[in-house]
Amino acid sequence: MAYSNKVVDHFEHPRNVGSLDKAAVNVGTGIVGAPECGDVMKLQIQVDDANNIVDAKFKTFGCGSAIASSSLATEWIKGRKLDEALEIKNTDIVKELALPPVKIHCSVLAEDAIRAAVADVTAKRDAKVEAS
Amino acid sequence: MRQVYLDNAATTPVDPRVLDEMLPYLREEFGNAASRNHSYGWRAEEAVDTARNQVAKVLGCSPKEVIWTSGSTESNNIAIKGVARMYGEKGKHIIAQETEHKAVIDPCKYLEQEGYRVTFLPVTKAGLVSAEQVREAICDDTILVSIMFANNETGTIQPMAEIGKVCKEKGVLFHTDGTQAFGKIPVDVEAMGIDLFSLSAHKVYGPKGVGALYVRRKRPRVRCEPVLHGGGHERGMRSGTLNVPGIVGLGAAAEIALREMDTESKRLSGLRDRMWKGLSSNLDEIFRNGDPDQCLPNILNVSFLYVEGESLMMGISTVAVSSGSACTSASLEPSYVLKALGLGDDLAHSSIRFSMGRFTTQEDIDFTVDKMVETVNKLREMSPLYEMAKEGIDLSKVVWAAH
Repeated sequence: MAYSNKVVDHFEHPRNVGSLDKAAVNVGTGIVGAPECGDVMKLQIQVDDANNIVDAKFKTFGCGSAIASSSLATEWIKGRKLDEALEIKNTDIVKELALPPVKIHCSVLAEDAIRAAVADVTAKRDAKVEAS
Repeated sequence: MRQVYLDNAATTPVDPRVLDEMLPYLREEFGNAASRNHSYGWRAEEAVDTARNQVAKVLGCSPKEVIWTSGSTESNNIAIKGVARMYGEKGKHIIAQETEHKAVIDPCKYLEQEGYRVTFLPVTKAGLVSAEQVREAICDDTILVSIMFANNETGTIQPMAEIGKVCKEKGVLFHTDGTQAFGKIPVDVEAMGIDLFSLSAHKVYGPKGVGALYVRRKRPRVRCEPVLHGGGHERGMRSGTLNVPGIVGLGAAAEIALREMDTESKRLSGLRDRMWKGLSSNLDEIFRNGDPDQCLPNILNVSFLYVEGESLMMGISTVAVSSGSACTSASLEPSYVLKALGLGDDLAHSSIRFSMGRFTTQEDIDFTVDKMVETVNKLREMSPLYEMAKEGIDLSKVVWAAH
């Protein structure tokens, strides 16, 4: 099974690898997957007061397709509003990266990671509003 | 870009010397070895006899005890199903072990459906079974013990002579899947008490699609019910027109392997040790899988913590290796062999098998070490698990959202 050019490109030149301060109230962190299953994705987003995603970072333990899916996800969500980020579906990632059927779970994981990160930052902000 | 092939446990290229021997039998000497009434047939039969001698010398048996097959999978099937059906009235119990190749496990599982019982012995962390385990597992109705000679993933070599001795004492037939051992390390079916031995040509620089099964003729005379029925070739145990050019190739490959075994084995273990030294002195948190002492000279299996095997292979793209990661197969299950050694799924996912061969050079090893170090470091920078471990988080205590 050969990899698509786009998967290879994201694997060799991953966009937005790194970490944001997970303690910051305007940073949302989503960690999905499990080492036993062979992939763990950590996706982080930083939002401004108007709910714009101003930065996104990822770290992924997984196959090339998992790395490419998370790299692409960070690229796509940067500059979007939180609710717009949730519009990204795993099937969009499958299409863009031309993932074969056995790699569809990588795209599902990336969608889950986005949702988890958005949920995290939303929960943090709600908690802050309640506290103040 | 330099291309390096370190997957010789999967298959090997045909040695040019082997190919030279084969070519006449694909051209002018095309006779059927079973044609008894003209010279085409006689010359083909003569070539097959020569090959039988060449293979027998590697095993330490009589040429009459070598049965030609299409490869180890078929040999294993004839040995296991053939013995089970021939001796089924005597007993219905078979003993194997957990890290056997699928070509042994699946025929055993198939026989279970026919009412046979199979005991799969567990292995130590190094992948070893002991003769004592075999002794304890033997019951009154045990008819066959099948223990692989050397493991294809880790290279671990089982204590064949001791197991053979127990089988002889107990009067149980002893089969071994010798695919990885044949032509690489010394074999002596007499001294080791082996009754059946499966082998393939393509693992020892011969062609694909040809192999052999050693079937003992004396003390005891072993009989196998055939899997393929037909013209009664190969003492009735394997019908079908002989693959003369393939058999000639296997014979030539066997002769070269035996002649060069001492020097080649030293050279390969030197390369293997150089590889391990290069990796372990440049990378932390890597583990060698299998038994470092009882090991084939050409296999090195390593787990690279916090990095997934398929992404590693992608990173070293011009180097061909294998991984125990599930991502390399459709099953989504990581290597059952490594799991049998007690490795967690995460470590099995992080494993790479390097298998050196006759055409591997020191430059290939040094190039691969550099590539591996660079790729592992790059992927660890990208790994959330590495980051968490560096923060002091115990990964085994984390509750993961398994999917």
